[in-house]
Amino acid sequence: MEGKTSNEVFNREKAEATVKELRQSFRAGKTKTYEWRAAQLEGIARLIKEKESEITQALRSDLAKPEMESYLHEISLAKSACLFALKNLKKWMKPEKVPAAITTFPSSAQIVSEPLGVVLVISAWNYPFLLSIDPVIGAIVAGNAVVLKPSEIAPATSELFAKILPEYVDSSSIKVVEGGVPETTALLEQKWDKIFYTGNGKVGRIVMAAAAKNLTPVSLELGGKSPVLVDSDVNLKVAVKRIAVGKWGCNNGQACIAPDYIITTKSFAPQLVEALKVTLERFYGKNPLESADLSRIVNLNHFKHLTDMLDEENVSDKIVCGGQTDEKQLKIAPTLLLDVPHDSLIMKNEIFGPLLPIVTVDKLEDSFEIINSMSKPLAAYVFTKNKKLEQEFLSNVSAGGILVNDVALHLANLYLPFGGVGESGIGAYHGKFSFDAFSHKKAVLSRGFAGEAGARYPPYTPEKQWILKGLINGSIVALFLALFKRF
Amino acid sequence: MALITGKKCGDEEMGALGLETEVAEARTTFDSGKTKGFEWRKSQLEALLRLLQEKEEDMLKVLKEDLGKHRVEAYRDEVGALTKSVDNALLNLKKWMAPEKVSLPLVAVPTVAEIVPEPLGVVLVISSWNFPIGLSLEPLIGAIAAGNAAVLKPSELAPATSEFLAVEIPKYLDCEAIKVIQGGPQVAEQLLDLKWDKIFFTGSAQVGRIVMTAAAKHLTPVTLELGGKCPAIFDSLKSSRDQRMAVGRVAGAKWGSCLGQACIGIDYLLVTDEYAPTLIELLKGVIKEFFSNSEHLARIVNKHHFQRLCNLLQDESVAASVVHGGSVNAEELFIEPTILLNPPLDKEIMTEEIFGPLLPIITLKKIEDSIEFLRARPKPLVIYAFTHDEKFKQRIVDDTSSGCVMFNDTLIQYLCDTIPFGGVGQSGFGQYHGKFSFDNFSNRKPVGRRNFLIEFSFRYPPWNEKKLQLLRHIYRFDYIGFVLCFLGLKR
Repeated sequence: MEGKTSNEVFNREKAEATVKELRQSFRAGKTKTYEWRAAQLEGIARLIKEKESEITQALRSDLAKPEMESYLHEISLAKSACLFALKNLKKWMKPEKVPAAITTFPSSAQIVSEPLGVVLVISAWNYPFLLSIDPVIGAIVAGNAVVLKPSEIAPATSELFAKILPEYVDSSSIKVVEGGVPETTALLEQKWDKIFYTGNGKVGRIVMAAAAKNLTPVSLELGGKSPVLVDSDVNLKVAVKRIAVGKWGCNNGQACIAPDYIITTKSFAPQLVEALKVTLERFYGKNPLESADLSRIVNLNHFKHLTDMLDEENVSDKIVCGGQTDEKQLKIAPTLLLDVPHDSLIMKNEIFGPLLPIVTVDKLEDSFEIINSMSKPLAAYVFTKNKKLEQEFLSNVSAGGILVNDVALHLANLYLPFGGVGESGIGAYHGKFSFDAFSHKKAVLSRGFAGEAGARYPPYTPEKQWILKGLINGSIVALFLALFKRF
Repeated sequence: MALITGKKCGDEEMGALGLETEVAEARTTFDSGKTKGFEWRKSQLEALLRLLQEKEEDMLKVLKEDLGKHRVEAYRDEVGALTKSVDNALLNLKKWMAPEKVSLPLVAVPTVAEIVPEPLGVVLVISSWNFPIGLSLEPLIGAIAAGNAAVLKPSELAPATSEFLAVEIPKYLDCEAIKVIQGGPQVAEQLLDLKWDKIFFTGSAQVGRIVMTAAAKHLTPVTLELGGKCPAIFDSLKSSRDQRMAVGRVAGAKWGSCLGQACIGIDYLLVTDEYAPTLIELLKGVIKEFFSNSEHLARIVNKHHFQRLCNLLQDESVAASVVHGGSVNAEELFIEPTILLNPPLDKEIMTEEIFGPLLPIITLKKIEDSIEFLRARPKPLVIYAFTHDEKFKQRIVDDTSSGCVMFNDTLIQYLCDTIPFGGVGQSGFGQYHGKFSFDNFSNRKPVGRRNFLIEFSFRYPPWNEKKLQLLRHIYRFDYIGFVLCFLGLKR
């Protein structure tokens, strides 16, 4: 277990030593066996069960996260990831037999999944438990040795990992390194077999550039502005509840797949705003800053980032609900804004907070231009009963994932790949996609000496060319000739 | 007949501005949605097939000019392989494009979900010089099948082929969506500065690093098809017929494909001390049989690589290890099939990818030692092994890592569409061929659908203990517990 101890700093030498130790462990073959992988997963499952209250406590300390959210969004998702992996581990580890081609007849082919080796997982602060343990589960299930660097912006959770993870897993192959920029830089200088990063695009670029030096493949789980298109034909009461819980019920908007902004028609907007106001009061009461069901903003830096957005000229006068802030407690109330300027800060950057701008258009088809003028988001949502609009949304909007008539749920489905596209990221995970993300799919092709195509070899003749042509095009006659014709 | 909308393509001179304009046009074309439809993709693939058929002679000609490839080799390795790939893509396109239904746990009902593949956008394909047509068009097939617009930069080190592609592709394919931009490192640098939705690079690790670093600026996903020292483990085979066949396959893979300048060519052999002399004799025999006429062998691509290969033999201890061949012809850029026995492992010939017709044979005490030998070295694109020993085969698969493992034959994994083709570690990442090409250039977008019929109030704040309990039951798939709790009959 590494980290800041007394005057020790995690520097390049320490990073090198850590990777060396893990490499030795990996080379010894320890992490490759089914038994080891299952044991680690069982350890993590036990950790989640036994330390549930410590985890909830840490999340409350880091984010004032309501216990319900800690359970719903972090603990239970981590648990299901773990159990799903345990259940399917044997199946995933088995080589996949595939049909061989007639061109290579007679042969047998399979795809063997093997671990990449020693991998680095850099986690984020908003779901500090889940976004650390979930990729680590993927790394383990694929048979790798792994270093986890939890986010320093969620210090209680980071410390918790450093303390308890070694008690439940094999710490010669799974390590936690705590720290901020210097420690992360030291880690990024090392040669990894894969780097899995969750966070923002700016640091994502730094991670990928560092990985490029060693030709290390990366997964980048980033963010973006997730739009919500709301049609007027929906069951407004239900739609608004789903949007609200997806926005403010997810770490008070500090979630990569939380709705960032809404687009609806000019005519429908007033109804939508009213419905949202009613729901917000029902969820969080008349004084939302005092509600225990809302997370706080993670730190002063992010708080200022959000208040800057609110205070901008031509934006502050567009607030139609909320807007209250408490700097001392780092709390911001759920805030609705109507028709802010398109070039405002709040519309140019990922909000990652409890502010929800509503953009209005004359007709919904106009919304695609707005959505596509921004970079591809991690998620995009559409609320409508109109199949045609739904299909248009699907064809015109490129995003990491799309959900119709609900928000955020797809992340809980272990059969769907979770990841971004364009600026929202590279690669996907969850369920088997986690196993695949941390594996190398090795093709194994096996032949014998039974059939030999003399036509393959020089000296070349037109007749050989004819046979090769046929063979490559899957012609049985050519195959016959190829196998039996003597040259 | 080209799918051109009244525009003349391919004969403008490309300056820096011209380059950006071309790419911008590809972007506009993609944004118009033109490349997404099944019909467009099919028409492009069919056009590619026509190009391969109608221009076959021209292709064989430019490959002979750039690399001295015999027409049969050129057909076998490039034109023919591409034909197979396009046919395969056409056959499967509809299936590949179809959304994939996904099963869901009961708790998620009533949600319906599927994974919908969509194109990434505008992709850049940077190709290599050794299979200049194959390595340009094979990725392009994937890009087109997946519905992208694409820009291809062929290697300037194969100039006749590059010119051929620049002239012919716009005649057959939709030149508003598929562009060929010729040039060297400067042009590549300009291209890499732009924003792409994917970059597919085939080439050396050194340039691979440059490509990935440039891609990082825009968070562009990349596939790097690199190289490495691909070994062939040669175990003792019982029958002399098998031995003869195996040696033929080795010779074919070493010298018969671009004179050793192939990423999946055999770089060096691993064999026991005991067997080495026999192997060398067999190799000599096969070399005589296949390659007596140097017309049937390709050439070294240019002076630089020719000199590089000659330099490998300069070292005294390396030169002393030559047991066959070694003669070179600077004018022809030809080096004859050359075998070396145990050159020192710390010399460049054993530390760098050879990419030429020099074949070191490294001997070991026992053949199983080859596994440790390989584990100590960077992961290659492919490990070849000639053996009947099933246990040994399993150990090779389990204890070594490489892009691919091929038993008892060579090179043909390139033709098999059902297995992924790509490297790991130093040999690269990302895979293609067959459906893997389609996936490589796609975004697999999950789509979930809900309706408004069923609604669970316990999803929403304000939170209380009861809601928490209900959720605990659901997440444990404890439906009975859930129902009881819901009805207030359980805490």
